[in-house]
Amino acid sequence: MNALVPLPVLLPLCATGLSLAFGTRLARFQRFISVAVLSAVLCLSVALMIAADRQGPLSVDLGDYAPPLGITLVADRLSGLMLTVSSAVTLAVLVYSLGQGMADRDKETPVAVFHPAYLILVAGVSLTFVAGDLVNLYVGFEIMLVASFVLLTLGGTGPRIRAGSTYVIISLFSSMLFLTAIAMTYAAAGTVNFAQLAVRLPDLPLGVQTLVQAMLLTVFAIKAAVFPLAAWLPDSYPTAPAPVTAVFAGLLTKVGIYCMLRVETLLFPGNRLGDLLMAVALASMTVGILGAVAQTDLKRLFSFTLISHIGYMVFGIGLATREAYGGAIFYVAHHITVQTTLFLVAGLIERRGGTNELTRLGGLARAAPLLAVLFFVPAMNFAGIPPLSGFIGKLGLMRAGVADGGVWAWVLVAGATVTSLLTLYVMAKIWNLAFWRAEPPGQAAYGTVLEAADDSDDDDPDLGPDRIPGTGDEGVGPAPAGQAVAATLQGRAVTTTIRPPRAMTAATAGAVLLGLAFTVLAGPLTAFTDRSAAELIARRPYVEEVLGR
Amino acid sequence: MTMSFSLLATAVVLCAVGGILMLTRPLTRILLGAVITGNGINLLVLSATGPAGAAPLLYGVPLRRITDPLPQAIALTAIVITLATTAFLLAMAYRSYQLTGTDEVHDDLEDRRIFLRAEVLGQRAELREEYRAESGRTRGERARYRAEHRRLRARLRADRALQARGRDAGGDLWHDVLGADPEDYVNDKDADRGATG
Repeated sequence: MNALVPLPVLLPLCATGLSLAFGTRLARFQRFISVAVLSAVLCLSVALMIAADRQGPLSVDLGDYAPPLGITLVADRLSGLMLTVSSAVTLAVLVYSLGQGMADRDKETPVAVFHPAYLILVAGVSLTFVAGDLVNLYVGFEIMLVASFVLLTLGGTGPRIRAGSTYVIISLFSSMLFLTAIAMTYAAAGTVNFAQLAVRLPDLPLGVQTLVQAMLLTVFAIKAAVFPLAAWLPDSYPTAPAPVTAVFAGLLTKVGIYCMLRVETLLFPGNRLGDLLMAVALASMTVGILGAVAQTDLKRLFSFTLISHIGYMVFGIGLATREAYGGAIFYVAHHITVQTTLFLVAGLIERRGGTNELTRLGGLARAAPLLAVLFFVPAMNFAGIPPLSGFIGKLGLMRAGVADGGVWAWVLVAGATVTSLLTLYVMAKIWNLAFWRAEPPGQAAYGTVLEAADDSDDDDPDLGPDRIPGTGDEGVGPAPAGQAVAATLQGRAVTTTIRPPRAMTAATAGAVLLGLAFTVLAGPLTAFTDRSAAELIARRPYVEEVLGR
Repeated sequence: MTMSFSLLATAVVLCAVGGILMLTRPLTRILLGAVITGNGINLLVLSATGPAGAAPLLYGVPLRRITDPLPQAIALTAIVITLATTAFLLAMAYRSYQLTGTDEVHDDLEDRRIFLRAEVLGQRAELREEYRAESGRTRGERARYRAEHRRLRARLRADRALQARGRDAGGDLWHDVLGADPEDYVNDKDADRGATG
């Protein structure tokens, strides 16, 4: 069973090679490879999760070098759960993007680049989840980041380059910080292996420990978009194509949370920076949700809710009790799914209504009832309406906070309640504006392509020569129903169709169902997250598995 | 553990220089800053080995005196990664130059819009106040007021135009990036029209 651990990383990497080798010539084969490999990774992840649950952490020493020297990959319960959720979500997003790509005749997203980059992203994310040492974690981060650079600037359009430059520079900076932290750790402890660090770090002077901890947490907080370090996120994510934004928002930030969980439990137990984490969590929650209240662009709005809900998980990490860790892990799994689903729905809304601007949308509940259901369920799940998994996750965290009983914990519980009410308000706002109200006057009929209607001042002579013929600036009329036509709206190429491709709807529905599955299986799942938390706090199984042989 | 001071000092200087470069606007300078800082941090990683020893070979060298090879391996990995990222940033700087004529990193769109709007509205309010306060309005005064008003509006419009220019050069990747000649556009469009009927 241990031999399975590297496969979630290796399979996508090998598939990338195949995908590049066949390239555009066999586009269908390329798609087949991606879907098949991601399905295989999903099955493997489930197997790993079950095995890790039954027999404790699994580890494999690559090249058969003994642990402190060689590269060790470890999969424990937490890794298994993260792998499972992430591969399920990536598979759904892949199917969605296939639907979109085929319908748009691959103009906006050149598939030849998309598939290899996407597979590498999956490999990088998997590697961070199974990495057994800091350097390997760093490598996993970098694999993931380079792939995400390519995906974010796909097509090389103006806004994507603009948003991408911010993202690339921030990522570069955090990577450098990470490398510095690794150098310091190695200089201080003489190892980068997690298990060995767990043994050696407590003997170091307190100042050194705190410094290393603070640096690592800063790096992961940048990745996870925790409030003071989150300013890059709402600016860079929304410009990417909808499926890319969905997978970034769902997964990449959660990778940061996973690393925080791992480092806080395994390397620095005792919760020295707990108060700081809780303060930051509170700031994330409130600032994020207030940002979301002020937004009218759907994708930007969801980006702000993302920042806000990262606060819940950081809250759990800051509390550092078994219940809190369990709640945080449950919330991570729930949040990956629901946030991705919401971004996928935003893509569908854009496709149906022609825009993501709430002020211009309306009447979708009548025009597209299925879309309305697909939005309503994850939205309520996200806001935490009782029977759904968002409620269970929040309840778990709040109970842990009340059980802790400290001043900060109570403040955080209050903050979390207010945030979840405001989330409900934001979701109700979207529902009212985009779905429930009548179609705003002057709105073009659905199934037509909306012309690039920037501003009345658009007759600026400077603009003339830059317009490129054939990009939809001229000669767009109503499209026949069911047919996709590309046009630019507010500068972005937007395709509207009366009925989105079946694959897109099916993938979104699948993601919604996965979110509901967390509700149905809440009992076993909370038991599982509780066991994961216990394992994280115990630390011994992990250390013994890696160093014991 | 003893550490080479010169190595450490060089690393600090490199990081400082690179850090300052990374705070500037043009992407090429940021790129240079990233490369320099990356080198500085690699030196930091290497300095974690402690005092220099013999080459880390398995045979022919007494095992106690060899240099620790692990930081070297880490630094090598980091160098490769920096190389790849540098290549990507270069491509992006060039693309940015292609699209907007500069390779500067722009502000967050909304930040800039809010800032500009506040500034222009403030100036406009001031202007109006000034205009109303004056009692005897001559023709010259009025013309000056209008010119000023127009100037403020033009600023907002210029900003929108800048955004639009960044946006509208989108669409078909292969035509934009690979620069196909205009005839292709015509043919392609005709083909599209034919396809959609």
